[in-house]
Amino acid sequence: MADIAKTARETAQETTRETAQLTAQGRIPTVIADGVDIVYRVNGTGAGRGSATAALNRIVRRRQTEKAAGVRKVHAVKNVSFVAYRGEAIGLIGTNGSGKSTLLKAVAGLLPVENGRIHTDGQPSLLGVNAALMNDLTGERNVFLGGLAMGMSREQIKDRYQEIVDFSGINEKGDFITLPMRTYSSGMAARLRFSIAAAKDHDVLLIDEALATGDRSFQKRSEARIRELRKHAGTVFLVSHNNKSIRDTCDRVLWLERGELRMDGPTDEVLKEYEAFTGDKAAKPKPKPAPAPVPS
Amino acid sequence: MTQALHTPPSTTQAPPEADLAALAARHGLSVSGARPSLPAYVRQLWARRHFISAFATAKLTAQYSQAKLGQVWQVMNPLLNAAVYYFIFGMLLGTSHGVQDYIPFLVTGVFVWTFTQSSIMAGTRAISGNLGLVRALHFPRAALPISFALQQLQQLLFSMAALVVILLCFGIPVAASWVLVIPALFLQFAFNAGVAMVMARMGAKTPDIAQLMPFVLRTWMYASGVMFSISHIASGRKGLPSWVPELLQANPAAVYIDLMRFALIDSFHASQLPPHVWAIATGWALLAGVGGFIYFWKAEETYGRG
Repeated sequence: MADIAKTARETAQETTRETAQLTAQGRIPTVIADGVDIVYRVNGTGAGRGSATAALNRIVRRRQTEKAAGVRKVHAVKNVSFVAYRGEAIGLIGTNGSGKSTLLKAVAGLLPVENGRIHTDGQPSLLGVNAALMNDLTGERNVFLGGLAMGMSREQIKDRYQEIVDFSGINEKGDFITLPMRTYSSGMAARLRFSIAAAKDHDVLLIDEALATGDRSFQKRSEARIRELRKHAGTVFLVSHNNKSIRDTCDRVLWLERGELRMDGPTDEVLKEYEAFTGDKAAKPKPKPAPAPVPS
Repeated sequence: MTQALHTPPSTTQAPPEADLAALAARHGLSVSGARPSLPAYVRQLWARRHFISAFATAKLTAQYSQAKLGQVWQVMNPLLNAAVYYFIFGMLLGTSHGVQDYIPFLVTGVFVWTFTQSSIMAGTRAISGNLGLVRALHFPRAALPISFALQQLQQLLFSMAALVVILLCFGIPVAASWVLVIPALFLQFAFNAGVAMVMARMGAKTPDIAQLMPFVLRTWMYASGVMFSISHIASGRKGLPSWVPELLQANPAAVYIDLMRFALIDSFHASQLPPHVWAIATGWALLAGVGGFIYFWKAEETYGRG
């Protein structure tokens, strides 16, 4: 690891130089993370836990140090910098709790950063409308509600409605779209959610383990849809624990560990290191590396 | 072509900050998660107006979707509510002394008060109770408290249908003054949405407020003459300074309740209204609506944090 650390600075400088050259050649950056730190604050932990007076203290005496007030800080992402370009599909990997989803949310502008800046081209959107949908409503009304929540207009949704329903395959086994979503099986509901979320074209699309839903045939279709979205979208970020789907979709991978960016490079190189790190001995060396061609 | 780092670094050294910031500036990238300017915020909110109304309607429909009677409860609920208040205040306690048409008086008060009360309660939980939505999707957060206030307005419209039936049953004639219901409701909605936005910001920072609000609201209810006439009670007590009932009558809840009674009930005369009542009603609506909106917008980028 020592030699690795030694070269870190050099490679970063190279990267910067390389970046400057590449943009000169016409690659357009869509997301720039500049030394990003993200810190969560959790109330009611530590010394003050459970004690009413401590809780009162916490509310009344704002100015005191956070530690004394029983607020615990969780440093979820530490000094992460990267530049993502138009046309790239970037995988985010790392063990559980390494800060992948947190970083994704910060890119989407949903979590404020503690230090540093994230610059984006347009509004990046997380693929996911789960929170906007209501189980007591019919699938049909949820298509409209989810679409509106993502910022589509009524006309756009009307145009895409049939496409969304067909893609989800909800109506393959009968007229289920007019039933409340609570009557769906979990697989069916997940398929409808993905179909609604994937109906909109995004400048920068952020996907958090969305591919793991549905049966095999639906997974195939969603992977195809992701590729299609990637063509329209500027840039795609994908968080997944499934190395295969990362390999199939992404040409560049960021590896986060304990909130730090451990590695940034082509999919095969990073995945090889990652698999060695996680002790995934079963992962045999890939016979055909064939990285997806990068559109320039 | 990719940004290949041939040797994996254990920690990536951040490239000089100026370079990345300059790169961002050169390509016109904007800072993610920054608060938009007030005019831009209003525009974004306007663009989401269909979402606001669809979300409100969806919440309202989902409320009774498991019940056998379904949407009938939209009307049944306020009717049962009014019946309980009538039994306690009209028959057991006899608060009705001196008030003409007591049942229409009481029911109007209860419905109009419920609109304000539930808007504020829903507003308090608008952000803290919908963190999943706030953390998953990007939209102007003011859409949530406004949407909840709109849901309560729709709820009130169902109650008003029930109210019309009650009014006709008690022989209140249909009058031209019923048209005044529309401006009164509009002003009350602006007021409620404003207060809901203020409470949403406070509730997002300190969720404990949701535990406190029922007590605050109950005190407010008894101070607003929902079940009794403030002026009648005041005239019955000799030692009371005259500014007390005036103050109570100028409080926004009392103003909107009295305006609605004045519009609907013919035996409720203009003399029972405080002076300059429409000016007071508009003032409250503007103060809460505009002030609440700006107060909410000031913390826009912090909602959903941690």
